[in-house]
Amino acid sequence: MKMNLEDRLKENPELKKQFDVLDAYIGELGTPEGSLINVLHRAQEIFGYLPDEVLEFVSSRLNVPRSTVYGVVTFYHFFSRVPKGRHTVTVCLGTACYVRGGNAVYEKVMRTLGIKAGETTRDGRFSLDLVRCVGACGLAPVVVIDKDTYGRSTPEKVAMLLNKYA
Amino acid sequence: MIRNQLLVCAGGACITSGEKSVKDVLVDELKKNGIEDEVQVIETGCMGACDLGPIVVVYPEGTFYQKVTAENAGLIVNEHLVKGRTVDGLLYTEPTSERKAQTSGDIPFYTRQVKRVLRNCGVIDPLSIEEYIARDGYFALGKALEMTPDDIIQVLVDSGLRGRGGAGFPTGRKWKATREAKGSPKYVVCNGDEGDPGAFMDRSVLEGDPHSIVEAMAIAGYAIGAEQGYMYVRAEYPLAIERFEYAIGKAREYGFLGRNILGAGFNFDIEIRIGAGAFVCGEETALLRSIEGKRGTPSVKPPFPAQSGLWNKPTLINNVETYANIPQIITNGAEWFRSVGTLKNPGTKVFALVGKVQNTGLVEVPMGTTLRELVFDIGGGIPGGKKFKAAQTGGPSGGVITADYLDMPIDFDSVKEIGTIMGSGGLVVLDEDNCMVDIAKFYLGFTVDESCGKCTPCREGTRQMYQMMERICDGKGRDGDIERLNKLANMIEDTSLCGLGQSAPNPVLSTIRFYEDEYRAHIYEKKCPSHVCKHLLTYSVTPDKCVGCTACARQCPVHAITGEVKKIHVIDQSKCTKCGSCYEICRFSAIRKE
Repeated sequence: MKMNLEDRLKENPELKKQFDVLDAYIGELGTPEGSLINVLHRAQEIFGYLPDEVLEFVSSRLNVPRSTVYGVVTFYHFFSRVPKGRHTVTVCLGTACYVRGGNAVYEKVMRTLGIKAGETTRDGRFSLDLVRCVGACGLAPVVVIDKDTYGRSTPEKVAMLLNKYA
Repeated sequence: MIRNQLLVCAGGACITSGEKSVKDVLVDELKKNGIEDEVQVIETGCMGACDLGPIVVVYPEGTFYQKVTAENAGLIVNEHLVKGRTVDGLLYTEPTSERKAQTSGDIPFYTRQVKRVLRNCGVIDPLSIEEYIARDGYFALGKALEMTPDDIIQVLVDSGLRGRGGAGFPTGRKWKATREAKGSPKYVVCNGDEGDPGAFMDRSVLEGDPHSIVEAMAIAGYAIGAEQGYMYVRAEYPLAIERFEYAIGKAREYGFLGRNILGAGFNFDIEIRIGAGAFVCGEETALLRSIEGKRGTPSVKPPFPAQSGLWNKPTLINNVETYANIPQIITNGAEWFRSVGTLKNPGTKVFALVGKVQNTGLVEVPMGTTLRELVFDIGGGIPGGKKFKAAQTGGPSGGVITADYLDMPIDFDSVKEIGTIMGSGGLVVLDEDNCMVDIAKFYLGFTVDESCGKCTPCREGTRQMYQMMERICDGKGRDGDIERLNKLANMIEDTSLCGLGQSAPNPVLSTIRFYEDEYRAHIYEKKCPSHVCKHLLTYSVTPDKCVGCTACARQCPVHAITGEVKKIHVIDQSKCTKCGSCYEICRFSAIRKE
């Protein structure tokens, strides 16, 4: 049987700390009205993804129906319902990147990692995402790994880059 | 006592090119030479010339150093600042005259621009409200608070400013409608959900000159009678969010936001709302739902946001570039604004010049500038001696401007006549290597992904169109496909609920209009004239060029290539998956693609 959240938090101080941070953030909000998306952003930052228990927590704290929270989470690309890898590789396929060979870069990353966009490698090392423009069009094609942006990328350069991320 | 300032461009492209390490080296070298108190290092917003980054400008001389790296950045300190010698190796060389440019004033990319929206980008420290004020910042707010709201709106109407988000609706009229609408409270919203892939002017303004938007939103609040503003920025722009947040805090501290602003009894504040990766949220009614924390689905207009917007209250919504024009119009007047541009399209427009063009970056030119001036005079033409094919404008909602229209003045109205739209100003240059069918398919794929699913024509119609396009690119096109695409496209345009669906067929319609022969080649001859569509390609070995190095055979993932060392290799067409890895690896140009 699934334990309820309170019991689990008692057993898992790490998890409790994460929920406390989120709780404090919600408490500081000036106007909770319409703040659902900002709260979910913060929650994803804290937990890395948005599992059921986090959605339930947000729903009761903001007094928004769970169906609404679920609807919003699944509407926006940014929110993930599954855990992400240690590193996130984001290949930009905005127009500028596409016309300058972004697709070849994407295919190379797919082949190298053996996963498609939206998936995570089995060892949990990499998640792969596609994005429609990061606004660095002048240096297309662009690949973002975690918070580092790499411009003028080629399939070979990106394959080498991946080795830097353990 | 500060004797020099080093302006380091910290725009998105320069950061990507290694701006941080350049800055660190500069700071270190200044310390080593003991002149860190005499020389100030300032990280600015985007300077525009993304291809030349990282860029460092030394003031007061204005010496423009380009493509600076961590390895050679020290020269700027040790040579220029310590010994007083310009570092020639880091100056920009004009490709035709081979002359070295000392300042940005010597570089054609800059001299042909008129900077209004971008006037502070790359010039001031975006984190310093004092520097913004020193450039007449918040003067317009002060002036506006001494005017009546109706007078402010009249100045905007007279200026002829049209919304820079894409449709070109007269801004003054929008403000007037929101002011006159019944209901309270009213809201001011800034659309910073720059969704058009290939455009990044809004990002650059928010990162490089955030206070100009804070000021403009406050003026808007006073003019329409609102006390609360919302800035909606897409989550893909974390630096823009950070800098805007900081600017709001500083503006509050200085009394430009908050209660009783400048003692005029006017209250106004701004809150940031972050997007979460949904293109449709650039559509104003969808954006308003997203600010309310809901799914970003659009609604039928009318009612327009001016009558019923955020929480069903009258709401003024403009995009970033539109707001960026406001303070200067208030300060300098409508006549000044009309001094550049064309009669019906006054002012300037910022374009993101990207794709197959030499000088990529952000450029601001008067409305009515021709495509030739943009691509060739400012953009420096097409790299690698390739031929210009077309420029795509308006992103997934737009179409193409072909070589025949290179001399057409570009403004909101002229581009409409040839079946495309201005959009937010993304200008993607395409050369002879780009397949127009493939480009149209690319945009359609984007719309299919981003359709919110609320209305059937957009959700199902664009998917049907996409499947047809996919078939055509896979060599399974059928007679009548072009007619079917046209028919379906017209239906989607006529019946979709919001702007996203109504404009989604544009890339297909526009490319059929100008490149029907390419569609026909794909459908009837099963050929891609630009050698892009994978399934229509054949790879083969040119016997007299093959030296038998075996590189291709080893690279081929499906073992379709056979041949012994020093003997000519052969590709088995029945096994070939057309991945192109043989073509990439061959050092003797022996693999032919056709």
